[in-house]
Amino acid sequence: MWKFFHQLASPPHFYRLAAVFSPWLAAPGIALIAYGAYAGLFLAPMDYQQKDAFRIIYVHVPAAYLSLMAYMILAVSGGIGLIWRIKLAHAVAAAAAPLGAAFTFLALMTGSIWGRPMWGTWWEWGDPRMTSELILLFLYFGYMALRSAIDDTAKADKASAVLALVGVVNVVIVHFSVEWWSSLHQGQTVFKKGTMDADMRIPLFAMLIGFTLLFGSLLLRRVRTEVLFRERRTRWVREMIVSPEGN
Amino acid sequence: MDAFAMNGYGAYVWSCYGLALVVVLFVDWRARLRQKRVYRDIEVRIKALEDH
Repeated sequence: MWKFFHQLASPPHFYRLAAVFSPWLAAPGIALIAYGAYAGLFLAPMDYQQKDAFRIIYVHVPAAYLSLMAYMILAVSGGIGLIWRIKLAHAVAAAAAPLGAAFTFLALMTGSIWGRPMWGTWWEWGDPRMTSELILLFLYFGYMALRSAIDDTAKADKASAVLALVGVVNVVIVHFSVEWWSSLHQGQTVFKKGTMDADMRIPLFAMLIGFTLLFGSLLLRRVRTEVLFRERRTRWVREMIVSPEGN
Repeated sequence: MDAFAMNGYGAYVWSCYGLALVVVLFVDWRARLRQKRVYRDIEVRIKALEDH
């Protein structure tokens, strides 16, 4: 078991393994998203309160879930890199940040578009879920800005990992904000029994799993590039680039 | 047409799905672009080393 993790942390080994796994995550991911989008748009019954506007849930919820998951990957990887000094962990953290920012942006935009017909406003500053999600986007931007501001990769890794760990507090706030405070945003419904009909729930699960697989594939691809950049002066990278079978 | 009109919510629903597609394609394009740049930089570096 430990041998497997030890091997996995080796940049050349991970680089090759990620190339194998990335398309195998992308293909079922895209298929599930295609099914989930079709079923969510055309097959799921209309909500009795929100009518057809509820169909935004099929892109909003996966985006919001990935915005939090990406941050947890970023923070946990940063923490592992800080404590055990595993270089690959910092590469994972660096690769997760732009993805997390993209899905946070998507969650905010789709939430805002959904809010207009349901709440009568594009944005409500007093809403804790919306505001804390916006802070999450700023945390991603801050993390990426900090990394790019420090030329020394090792120093950038340490500083950004500390920032990532501090920012976990906001992830907890985003998650529990609808329970802790009075909010325009609805509470947890997806995993609560009896809150959604199966015809509505199944496409949502397909979208959640599909987006997660696609995210995994994109993350692996970005980590590969990050590993390549960090290891650019090493012999294995030179040999791989020079050899005809290349990447 | 009713399926696209979504009982008056079509603009909201379709813009969300369109935006999701744009974001995913953008993320994918950025990943490819960065990969190409890093790869090319390493190739240039190797060539410079060989020429030296």
